[in-house]
Formats: sequence, structure tokens, C-alpha cells
Amino acid sequence: MKVYLDNNATTMVDPLVVEEMMPFFSDIYGNPNSLHKFGTASHPAIAKAIDRVYKAVNARDSDDIVFTSCATESNNWVLKSIYRDYIVNGDKNHIITTEVEHPSVYSACKALEEDGVKVTYLPVNSQGIVEAHVVKSFITDKTALVSIMWASNETGMINPIKEIGEICKERGVLFHSDAVQAVGKIPVDLQDIHVDFLSMSAHKFHGPKGIGALYIKNSQPLSPLLNGGEHMGGRRSGTLNVPYIVAMGKAIELATENIEEKMASIRAKRDRLEDALLELSDTFVIGDREHRTPNTILISIKGVEGEGMLWDLNNGQIGASTGSACASEDLQANTVMLAIGADNELAHTGIRLSLSRFTTDSEIDYAITHFKKSVERLRAISSSFAKVGPTPGGESKECELHFH
Amino acid sequence: MAKNDLLGASLWDAYSNKVTTLMNNPNHQGEITEAEALSHGNKLIVADFGAESCGDAVRLYWEVDPKTDIIVNSKFKSFGCGTAIASSDIMTELCIGKKVQEAVKITNIDVEFALRDSPEIPAVPPQKMHCSVMAYDVIKKAASLYLGVDSESFEEEIIVCECARVSLKTLQEVIRLNDLTTIEQITDYTKAGGFCKSCIRPGGHEKREYYLVDILADTRREMDEEKMKAAADAGGSGSFEAMTLVQKIKAIDAVVDENVRQFLIMDGGNMEVIDVKTSDEYIDVYIRYLGACNGCASSATGTLYAIEATLKEKLSKKIRVLPI
Repeated sequence: MKVYLDNNATTMVDPLVVEEMMPFFSDIYGNPNSLHKFGTASHPAIAKAIDRVYKAVNARDSDDIVFTSCATESNNWVLKSIYRDYIVNGDKNHIITTEVEHPSVYSACKALEEDGVKVTYLPVNSQGIVEAHVVKSFITDKTALVSIMWASNETGMINPIKEIGEICKERGVLFHSDAVQAVGKIPVDLQDIHVDFLSMSAHKFHGPKGIGALYIKNSQPLSPLLNGGEHMGGRRSGTLNVPYIVAMGKAIELATENIEEKMASIRAKRDRLEDALLELSDTFVIGDREHRTPNTILISIKGVEGEGMLWDLNNGQIGASTGSACASEDLQANTVMLAIGADNELAHTGIRLSLSRFTTDSEIDYAITHFKKSVERLRAISSSFAKVGPTPGGESKECELHFH
Repeated sequence: MAKNDLLGASLWDAYSNKVTTLMNNPNHQGEITEAEALSHGNKLIVADFGAESCGDAVRLYWEVDPKTDIIVNSKFKSFGCGTAIASSDIMTELCIGKKVQEAVKITNIDVEFALRDSPEIPAVPPQKMHCSVMAYDVIKKAASLYLGVDSESFEEEIIVCECARVSLKTLQEVIRLNDLTTIEQITDYTKAGGFCKSCIRPGGHEKREYYLVDILADTRREMDEEKMKAAADAGGSGSFEAMTLVQKIKAIDAVVDENVRQFLIMDGGNMEVIDVKTSDEYIDVYIRYLGACNGCASSATGTLYAIEATLKEKLSKKIRVLPI
């Protein structure tokens, strides 16, 4: 059996999505900007896709939702345009973000620092959450933008976006949220919360890779990142990627309709998996379940280095993920875990398991069995576990890390 | 950057078959107890190296025959990634049957080499070389415990790049002999800095006592100082070609003052040295005529020939004089 538990990295494309996008590769292939019927034939489908995306996040007609190539483009677009529109030519020079953002925000901010922008990287609490009062305390008259992810790709922890949005609105500061890990996993209602910009990506909710979108509230000015033709109302040039736009529309509709029901089903499987893994001694799960996306577990297994565990899971046909040092180029410990306050040892043991609505009960059963077997094998080899042995009683618990 | 770099290879694809086999089924994992060693009349050595906080730690067990100093059995435990497990396993195997004094000569290069499927292809990707280094370090630790000496005593040289086992002395020599100016050149010549890259500059995955950037800067500075001193000595001994630019200009001016200028002044003219450029073939002296010499018909013929001939005779046959 093959079990894919790396859905925060990417998801399989829903067969219904594939079915809907296919004609736009072959039968309806015209350039939508052409005047003839070959081009205009795709217009109804594009309009439908746009409607579906607006509906999925409850955007108003006066808002813009512009298709991009991915969330990395959306995130870079916001940050670089804010720099150009508000920082270089204005009297504001400050951006607030967090220590745990996706590299498309974090690295873009680092690049802007080289251009003279002041960036505050906010810490997270022991749950991995950015607290609203912390955001409030760092906003100054010079702050142009606050950019905070809705949910973490590593931990699944959900930030208090509603409270942060209110604070930004009160202070007249633009607010961007990278909602890549939120859309399709938890309800995202843009009439319920205040954001000026919101990034999303289709391949995180069973759409194809290479298509994303940026929500821009009520025609906020935002200069284009890509200049060229007048595509997407002049917001984003480049010939429309019709099959992928159609696919994103279908995927977001499937992911968000009856989302509470879907969440409950995924959550039940996730909790069953988590409960079973926590039966192992000396295991920790980062963050409480209440504030976590319903599909994510970031578990630390004492004495078991992350890449070794990933290797064993892979041998058992289980795909998972680790931010552990030895699985990456720079050999540093998982920065998100360090930001949470985990010590270096813990940060070398994290394994991320992320489910989707396609994950089945029998896959969970298989994963539990194989995971336990792998832990047993690697702990038998482990020098760390040999020295300390299991803690008396071998109790498992939610991670009790302290912010530092 | 080039075509082959556009798609980053999977880390695991770069592991040799031996590495993957030993990751899955290490032959020597486990522990040896004191009682077990004693029952064979042997001595048990247990050495730890690394730390869980660094993501890598290994414990090495040796059962040593005290009469022969031969390691008759060896096992390991490892908190680490798959390559750490494989490196520890092969390291353990390399130790068995050797005298402690021989085992301590096993380096991380030997460990990595033993993990290769073919001699030409590395067993692990560059960033994984540190796992084999740890295997080497724990051997030194075990040997120091058995022999009752400091583990530092096994290292005759200061090793800067642990992955490629390149010493400080070697690096300094290679930089000098080949006039190296970049880290990339050092890596091409010695392989130092080509693996985990921690030794290149601070900020890598582990702190190092010496960094290539500092060694290069220090050695280049020493080379420049030595060159300057040699030039100064050369100036003193009259070797024109070895002089620094300033010394050359001074020497040319001195020759012009002594042998040329007076004749130019007599005719209401003069000259000044503007620049000196040196190539393998020529030393070009750029001059400017002043006063009556400027525009004089012989300034490009007889006068120029006389100035050049004088400088050639007094300083170097490579001199060409070029009026501007």
C-alpha cells in the first residue's frame, strides 16, 4: 500500500478537476485574448472559474482576485509592489512579518531589507502562533504592511487573522496574509475578516501546480509585478493559463463546499493517527489540536533523527516530510521548530504528516503500523535513546515548549 | 548555474547502493556489555562523539584484546540520519581485526571510500560528508580512552577541512605555489571546502577553528608583504625588473635627471614620466615632452631614441619609451 501523508507540500489533482480542465488543452485551445471564436470559446469557462474562486472565499464584486502562477508570485507581488508604491515614494519604510513565514515571504523581506526597508520578524508563542497583541505593539506610523500567514505549513497552527486584521484596519496599515495552507482546509470568509491582500495556491487543494491567485480588497492600488498586455484588467500580464484557471475554479469549489463536513472527516482521521502515534513513549506533537489545521501533525520522536525516520517511512511506501537538518542542504535544525522554542535536539526529530480528503481509514491503519515499526527499529540503533532510555512511565504528552 | 543545476537532485539519489543497504540493515548496530567483554578476557571501550543537539551523535563499542591491542569486536549506536548510520556501520567494520594503533589511522576519507560502489563515484552528496567525519572522530576518542592519551595527540597536523582532510599547512603551500586567489581555486586544487562547506566561512552547520576565507586572506597578505620586501631588496640591489612601480618610476626619474634632462633644458625643453606599464615582453615608459621639446621634430626620432637608449642601458633592455 502507498500512503501519501505530505499534503501540505502538494496534493493529488482531483480526478473531477482533471476531467474539467482537459478540453482546454485540446478542443478549446484558443488564446482568450483573440477576437475570434477559437479564443472567445473559453470565456464562459474562465468566467465560471472566477465566480467559483470569488464564492469560495466570499469576495465581493468590487474586490479583485487575480490569477498568478503560484503563491510565491502572489506573495512577492504584494511585498515588492508595497515597496514600490508605499515605501520608495512615501514616508513609510517598515514591514512587519514573522519568523515562521514561508520563504516566499521571508526571503522577499530579506531582499527588501537590502534595499533599505526596515522589517520586523515577529516571534511566535510556544504554540507556534503569532499573538495579535504582539503585532499591535510593533505597528508604528512608519509601518506600511503587515504580512502574516494564516496557517503554518510546518505546524498547521492557525494565526488569529481576524484579530490581526482588525488591528491593522484600526491603525490604517495594509494587511496581507499568505493563506496557502488555510484555503480549502478551514473556512476562509473575506466578509468575516479584514485583509487587504490574500495569497492562495491551487495545488494545495487538489488543483494543479503552477496556478495561484491573489485577492486584492476593493481595488486597493497595487502596481503590477509583470508588465505586458492588459490581461487580468491590467493587474497581471501574461496569456491566461486557461486549463489551469478552469482547474483552480473547480478545485476550490470542491475543496470549500461543505467544508465543515470535510474538515470533520479529515480531523477524525488525523486525530486517530495522532492518538495512535502518541501511544509511543517520548513523543511530542507541536501545538494543540484546536488551533491547528485539521489535517496536520508535526510530531517529534525522541531519539529518532528526522531524515532516518523519513527514510524508513519511504521504504514502507509512506510519503511524509521533515524540516530536519539532514534532509536539507544547509544542515541547520528546523527553523520553525527553533522559533517555537524547541531545543536543537527536538528540532532534529520533527516529522510532518499531512492528510487530505482522499486519505482513507485503511491508509491511516497502515501508516500507524509502519510508523511504530520504524520508530522501534531506529530507536534500537539510536545512541541518544540508548543513553537516556525511555522516560519512566514512558508518558506521551503535548509539547510543553517555552517561548524564548 | 547550468542545465544540470536547474532541477535539484534528490538527496537520496546521490547515496550509493552500499549506503542505502547499510541504512536499511546495519550489520554492527547494537552494544557490547562489560560482562560480555570480560567473559572473553577482553577490555571494553565505549566512546561517544557528537551531540543530539547538533543532529548527530554516535556511540562506539570496542572489545579489545589487551594482550595484542587488537579490536576483536565492535558495535555502534547512532542518533543520526541514514548516512550517519551507514558511516558508523562501515567504520565499525573497518575497526574489527585491527590493532588500536592501526585503527586510529582510519580517516573519514577511508570511511566514505568504503561506502562507494565504484572508486570514482562519491558514496554521499557533499553535505553528508560530515557523517563520515563523525565516524573518524569517535575512533580517535575510543583509541585515546584505550591508550590513555589525549585524542588530540593523534592529529599531527591542524585539519581545516575535515571532509577532505586537508591541513592548514597544505592549504598555505597550495595557495603560495599556485598563486591562488579564490576559494573556488582552493577547492579545485585540494577539495577543501567542496563537501559540507563548513570550513569556508563562519555560518555553516558547524563552527570551525580555521576558515578558508581567513587562511586565503592571511596567506595572500603574507605573500604581498614578502613580495614587497623582495621588491625593496631588489630596488636596493639594482634589479630594475623586480622593482615595485614606485621604485621603477623613481629609478627612471633618477636616470633621466642624471643623463637626459640637462640636454633637454639646454634647448629650452624638458620631459616628465607619466606612467609605467609592465608586461612579460616590455616595460613601457610613457613620457610627456615639455617646453620646446613639445612639438620639436626630433622628439619623435633622435631625442626619443637617445632617451630610450639611455634607459635601456642603465635600467633594462625591455624598456620602450612612448611619448604621448
